[in-house]
Amino acid sequence: MHSPGGHIPPLQQFEVVPLYVSLSTMSREPRPDIGCLAQSKEIKDTAHALDEKAGTVTTAEPTVEKETRSEEELDLPWQVVVHNDPVNLMSYVTMVFQRVFGYPREKAERHMLEVHHKGRSVLWSGMREPAELYVQQLHGYLLLATLENTG
Amino acid sequence: MEICRRDDQIELFELDPFLAELLRQIPASADPNGMPAAEQRIFSSPTNGKEPVLCAEWKQYVEPELRRLFQTATQTVAADLEQLNGNEKSLANRSLRIPSKHADAWLSALNQARLVIAAKNDFTESELSDQIRSPIGSRRDLSLFQINFYGFLQEFILRELGG
Repeated sequence: MHSPGGHIPPLQQFEVVPLYVSLSTMSREPRPDIGCLAQSKEIKDTAHALDEKAGTVTTAEPTVEKETRSEEELDLPWQVVVHNDPVNLMSYVTMVFQRVFGYPREKAERHMLEVHHKGRSVLWSGMREPAELYVQQLHGYLLLATLENTG
Repeated sequence: MEICRRDDQIELFELDPFLAELLRQIPASADPNGMPAAEQRIFSSPTNGKEPVLCAEWKQYVEPELRRLFQTATQTVAADLEQLNGNEKSLANRSLRIPSKHADAWLSALNQARLVIAAKNDFTESELSDQIRSPIGSRRDLSLFQINFYGFLQEFILRELGG
């Protein structure tokens, strides 16, 4: 990161830039992972129906296990990672972390310095949809940010 | 050039024609069109290359929103810069008043311009850290000066926003 004069001014909380879209809700076609979940439920229901009627164990069970793994994959934590950039000002990056994540200045500066010295910092981790929204906001501020699956 | 916060606006005065011209160039400098390296930087990948579906959806749904967001900021800045129009050939110093409510637009447009200029010139980190390079002897030197001048303005706006 770039620091003219190395001066970091005092900052405070600012208004968050609005109007971000959620990829999960805007896709025209069903997401493959959601499709898998719907399919797994259908297969599971079918399997149960067969169980009730015939009293047998069906071959659908392994498929259900496979699709359940997909559900688990959805729950894996996603990380919001910010990467070093020689152009963005250190004070600007700190301000963005405060605005986007609501972090106090000290915490925002710690992350900024981690980006500066180590090349990257994990700013947040959790479910995919909020992680996507955070990355969108960071891109709105022109920071180099990525969404990474820890699975 | 002098810069100060006065009431609800940031005022730049005693702007010499050279600095006024650099300010006038902000909207054009922020435009990455026709420069693949700059486009790639402004609209960077949301993943580390492992999520092709997400990347495709991002291009389709998020990029247009970001493009609109960036355009809105540069349009706001361009409108403020109209104060400098009409006396381009005069050697007299001039003033520019930036309403505080436009500060976010200025931060964004200045950042866009700095990133596009850096990508266009492929500046190294050591070049970007060289704050005292002078005199301006080439187009490349001028571009570096432009990045530093815009960075100075960003720092001032950030400081003023922080109270």
